[in-house]
Amino acid sequence: MNAPLRRVAISVLALFTLLILNVNYIQVIRSSELRDDPSNTRLLYEEYDRERGSIVVDGNPVALSVRTDDQLTYLRQYPQGPVYAPATGFYSLIYGNRALEKAGNDVLSGSDPRLVVRRLGDLFTGRDPSGGNVSLTLDPAVQEAAMNALQGVTGAVVALDPKTGAILGLASTPTYDPGKLSSHDPAEIRAYHNQVIPPDGSDQANPLTNQAISERYAPGSVFKLIIAAAALASGNYTPETAVPAPDVLTLPGTSTPLNNYNGESCNGGADQPLIDALTISCNTAFAQLGITLGEDTVRNMAEAFGIDDGGGFDMPLHVVPSKIGDIADDAALGQSSIGQKDVQLTAMQAAMISAAIANKGTLMKPYLVDSIQAPDLTVIDQTDPDELGKPIAADVADELTTMMTSVVANGTGRKARIDGVQVAGKTGTAEVGTSGDDAPPHTWFTGFAPAEDPQIAVAVFIRNGGQSGTEGTGTGGDISAPVAKKVIQAYLDAHGGG
Amino acid sequence: MASPTTGPSTDPRTPPAGTPTPKRRNTELALLGFAVLITLAAQCIVDLTVTGSLSPELATFGTWFAALWAIAHLVVRRFAPYADPLLLPCIAVLVGLGLVMIHRLDLAGTQVGGSDTGEDAPVQLLWATVGLGLFIAVLLVVRDHRMLSRFAYTLALFGLVLLAIPAVLPASISEVYGAKLWIRVAGFSIQPGEFAKICLIIFFAAYLVDKRDVLALASRRVLRLELPRGRDLGPVVLAWFASILVLVFERDLGSSLLLFGIFVVMLYVATERASWLVIGLILFAGGAFVAYQLFGHVRVRVDTWLDPFAYKDTGGYQIVQSLFGLGTGGLFGAGLGGGRPDQTPVAKSDFIASAIGEELGLFGLVAVIVIYLVLVERGLRTSLVVRDGFGKLLAAGLAFAVAWQVFVVLGGVTGLLPLTGLTTPFLAYGGSSLVANFGLVALLVRISDAARRPAAPAATPPPKLVDAPTEVVRP
Repeated sequence: MNAPLRRVAISVLALFTLLILNVNYIQVIRSSELRDDPSNTRLLYEEYDRERGSIVVDGNPVALSVRTDDQLTYLRQYPQGPVYAPATGFYSLIYGNRALEKAGNDVLSGSDPRLVVRRLGDLFTGRDPSGGNVSLTLDPAVQEAAMNALQGVTGAVVALDPKTGAILGLASTPTYDPGKLSSHDPAEIRAYHNQVIPPDGSDQANPLTNQAISERYAPGSVFKLIIAAAALASGNYTPETAVPAPDVLTLPGTSTPLNNYNGESCNGGADQPLIDALTISCNTAFAQLGITLGEDTVRNMAEAFGIDDGGGFDMPLHVVPSKIGDIADDAALGQSSIGQKDVQLTAMQAAMISAAIANKGTLMKPYLVDSIQAPDLTVIDQTDPDELGKPIAADVADELTTMMTSVVANGTGRKARIDGVQVAGKTGTAEVGTSGDDAPPHTWFTGFAPAEDPQIAVAVFIRNGGQSGTEGTGTGGDISAPVAKKVIQAYLDAHGGG
Repeated sequence: MASPTTGPSTDPRTPPAGTPTPKRRNTELALLGFAVLITLAAQCIVDLTVTGSLSPELATFGTWFAALWAIAHLVVRRFAPYADPLLLPCIAVLVGLGLVMIHRLDLAGTQVGGSDTGEDAPVQLLWATVGLGLFIAVLLVVRDHRMLSRFAYTLALFGLVLLAIPAVLPASISEVYGAKLWIRVAGFSIQPGEFAKICLIIFFAAYLVDKRDVLALASRRVLRLELPRGRDLGPVVLAWFASILVLVFERDLGSSLLLFGIFVVMLYVATERASWLVIGLILFAGGAFVAYQLFGHVRVRVDTWLDPFAYKDTGGYQIVQSLFGLGTGGLFGAGLGGGRPDQTPVAKSDFIASAIGEELGLFGLVAVIVIYLVLVERGLRTSLVVRDGFGKLLAAGLAFAVAWQVFVVLGGVTGLLPLTGLTTPFLAYGGSSLVANFGLVALLVRISDAARRPAAPAATPPPKLVDAPTEVVRP
């Protein structure tokens, strides 16, 4: 029996060799593929063992990792959680990463190639690799003013430095406390998540959705800036050019009447200078003007400002594209010209329109990350401002500035007036729904200040913030303009009054 | 196959008279000490990494664990002085590593995302103690392994009854994860199949020694294979049929595969006819094909084996988590307590090998595989050396049972084979498996003692015919 026994022994050796070869295949050849598989939760747990970099605003961390005694070593904390949540996002065991915690993850976690040289050092010294810091462009005064002003409503504020595109404020409400989603207690995380997420079918806004960049809404009269820009840029119009401003405009090819706000008259039915039409936000004048200019002119100007329904852009948070939609005929063009029908803008886009006008017609690409720092706080990458394009010439920008100044000084934007400072702006009140009075309108304001030397461009959006059809207390001028005023005031106060 | 521990004799069957065979008991003691040391060091590392301090139970655990092997060693020294010195240390280090890993997974409940699976390590230590009891009992009762052949048919009946009990019992008592192979009474879960396996191996050895000459008779040659006579196919077909019954009524792919594999290999060793292997393989292939066609649970196992990631949220979840663990562990592993083996379901029992691979890395897992290999090859070595046919077949059957089980289980958790419900011998949490395997090793120790014991002086009565070192003269 010994001969077969020896063969059995050799077979066992062969079987075990097969096992060992297979284990080598799994643990060596397929190791990194398996380790990095997105379904592998182990990676997340491992990440928690490393000191994650901070997200910094004006030298102070708004997101930082703190060493704890529990198993996941580092706990993510957000000292002013709800105020900066729209920018920082959260870092959750259960719901993953959001906003900058996601977009900046490579730097924060230390895996970004720009940090590699230092990581090699870590390798030799045996230190745990730690992440780099991300320093934001946000201005604390602006951000706090914006979040405070939006309390209790669903809305967004975007503030830009018109000269560079640096994002000074990125506010979205309702907000949430990212610290509660980033705790180490799964039960607490789930409970808080269920508490803040509106139930299915509810028309409440999800706090985790950034109203400033992830949602787009009908802009209403804010869009008239695009029509005005197109008119001025065509060379056939100046702010003083009289344009038709009928009390009621019957849309071409239909019997549908297009009214002014509350059915008011713009100029007793007579023609009206363009600057006045913008100042009082005359619907019929701009609908007719858009039709006169034609779809191509309007669409080209909108696209020059970035309203192109393309892929959007990353700043590094993704901004969804704004759009004007398909325009079937002149009737649709008329409605689109006053920011209704399929026209939809993000609050970011609305701020970019003002910023471009404020910056002599040059549109800068908005950016949120000012610099990236190594763990020892040395700057390893500084963002250079980037030009997106030049939608309008400097003289057209000057003319628009004059018109927008008039809006705030004499027109619908009066509630954005600041003593001693010239504010330029445009209001918007967008009808929601088809019948006009089923849901309150969205209210908008976009503008910049000081008009003669713009420091800050702002867009304020409040979802269903107005009152439809009633007395003039629910317009963009009533609801959104005061928010813009607070934000601009806060910035100017913090920076020596402009 | 030669190794330095086997002494000077080159032909195992004729130990030179007058040369005292070294007992090597001190080697065993030293190796056992080393195994205990490794276990305690690993236990300390787990405590320090996971909780940051040594647990107060560490001293109790250490004393208890060391005492287990000290007693085992003393019993072997007294009752089986010539036993192979490597068997005991091999299982000591495996049981120790298993206990450490189970303890480590007990602590996983305190980690974020980990689930509290209870305190299982102390229970496993108790089972190891019960196992040691069986080990001692076997060595005390079975003073000569040849006596077992007298009870062959009784043991066969006992084994079959054990095997059949869960199939007959209502599912509420016998079913866990879809496999009906348990008896669950008053908080205890017993897998009678583990004990049935040993009873049946003893029976196979006795039966095959008896019938080997008949079974080896060839009828005709086909393609260089000497085929057995048709009427001699009876036993192998019976074993095959029994395996199918286990598969059908207990839905246990693993035991079915295990029993049939052991039987065929023992048949081959007994008859020296490779044709039996071929016949066994054909029967297996046929059975496997039919099972795949007929049984949903077999089909699911095979499909998830072929492409686990396609079913990663359903049937393939376990194996995918196991592969994640192994891949994340990589070459050196996450270190004891440093990984997340608790992410793999049933990591304490079915997937303990992948937990070891995750925390001790490729090196740790291969080391464990090599320890199994040493254990198995020492068993096969015993089989080669022992003088009687029954002992040879029994040792071969027991050693191969361990090898085959380890191959099927580890192959399963590493994706080489479809998953089966078999336990990892000595490592995995589970009382029946641990206790039964202690009994299995006790038998190997007993046979190896007989194998290495110097030939008794002429005064001994001539052995019975059955036990004679039979080498039938063949043409």
